[in-house]
Amino acid sequence: MAGHEEQAAHAEPLPAWSLPREAAARIGMDNLLPQRVDRDWAFGGATGKGVKVCILDSGVEAGHPLVGELAGAVVVTLGEDGEPVAEEDLEGDLCGHGTACAGIVRSLAPDAQIHSVRVLGAGYKGSGTVLLAGLRWAIAQGFDVVNMSLSTTKRQLGELLHELADTAYFQGTVLVASAHNMPVESFPWRFSSVISVGSHEEDDSLVYYANPNPPVEFFARGVDVDVAWLGGGSIRASGNSFATPCISAIVALILSKHPGLTPFQLKTVLHLTSQNVQEGNV
Amino acid sequence: MSDRLHAAVAAGVIASEEEFNRLLRSIVEVARAIFGAQASSIFLLDEAADELVFAAVAGEEEQFLVGRRIPSSTGVAGWVASSRTPLVLEDVQADPRFARDVAENTGYVPKGMMAVPLLDEERVLGVLQVLDRPQRSRFSLQEMELLGLFATQAAVALSLLETARSARAALAGDEEASLVARLAGALERLDEGDRAAADGLLRSLTGLLEPRRG
Repeated sequence: MAGHEEQAAHAEPLPAWSLPREAAARIGMDNLLPQRVDRDWAFGGATGKGVKVCILDSGVEAGHPLVGELAGAVVVTLGEDGEPVAEEDLEGDLCGHGTACAGIVRSLAPDAQIHSVRVLGAGYKGSGTVLLAGLRWAIAQGFDVVNMSLSTTKRQLGELLHELADTAYFQGTVLVASAHNMPVESFPWRFSSVISVGSHEEDDSLVYYANPNPPVEFFARGVDVDVAWLGGGSIRASGNSFATPCISAIVALILSKHPGLTPFQLKTVLHLTSQNVQEGNV
Repeated sequence: MSDRLHAAVAAGVIASEEEFNRLLRSIVEVARAIFGAQASSIFLLDEAADELVFAAVAGEEEQFLVGRRIPSSTGVAGWVASSRTPLVLEDVQADPRFARDVAENTGYVPKGMMAVPLLDEERVLGVLQVLDRPQRSRFSLQEMELLGLFATQAAVALSLLETARSARAALAGDEEASLVARLAGALERLDEGDRAAADGLLRSLTGLLEPRRG
């Protein structure tokens, strides 16, 4: 995205962990946020155009009427030597879940580019490792938003996921991750470098709340949502899985209107435009 | 006592295969009752085979499904196991392909289903499904919480029994430990009247086996 390149041009050559006196003048940055951030400024009239959203999930059914065209679809598996392999995905969705997430993104950000990265379906064994490999691949592609309506409970992978989440954060890829619906420890939603999402019970997909008591940071629509499912059909579904793509889509809307916002700034914009914060501000 | 004999005592006392199945059956019955649902079932994960095994179902008509195996990461149960995330779906009949997938795993085509992973810390033990809760009201987050809490409790019980089960399997070739397990199991099942006599017998046996002092 153009904004990212501009920021890269500002970057100091290594070492970048110190700032000599004379360099301070060379790293001026535009303040991209206005004095008052509201929903109209954030995404009024936006369509998600030009923003690349990755659905890291069970695959996406190509040509589903509620999803439309995919900009790309790969399946990540483990090769014979255990190395991750990414190939074009010809099977589509093996469950329906990824299609549901893609459909939600499409309904709110109609012009966003949707890419499917399938990390499920090759067996339970290694599902955590494949998830990690898929995320690594997605980050390397430079997607603007990665929707992760899933998590792993494996602590060993948690540490590696943490590093990947930080890599994404610093390169300007926003990870939007489902909070777990159950009282269990899982990753990556607990990390502060991702945007974590739980559910509220209202019917409006554009309504979201900031949580004053993290680690879950935002609540979006996750109950009784009409979602795309296999065979060109749709069903009604509930779970944080479906709240997450609402936030992914809203992030895509914001980025299409304000390219170059960093994950940190995006989280701030989401916070300031949350229902409970906006109301408090008026 | 060595770990081996500890395990033998635990295996002998805690669980027989029959008790394990009773627990599974009880989990699905309770799940069905608390949600007022039509049916409920449990898949257990067979990690070695990388498959989900249909282990219990509430409802006599569907008992024939017990033992059936499905791939561990496809379909709704597979997604729930692999992603370790609960899923609540309604109006599933709207989609014939999905309905067929569900019917193969449940014996009939439900209108709605809740599927939740049975998690023991990092491990996935299986998937609990609750089918066709009453459509009187919309789904609520309170029900989602209840589903999660119940699945967590069920997973704790399952995990305990599974530990005893694998201890028993490990002891199968160990004659001495198997004897200890049988003894512990037999003692556990004694009624009040026989227990006093058994205690006396055990004390005499212990006296005989303990190294003599002096």
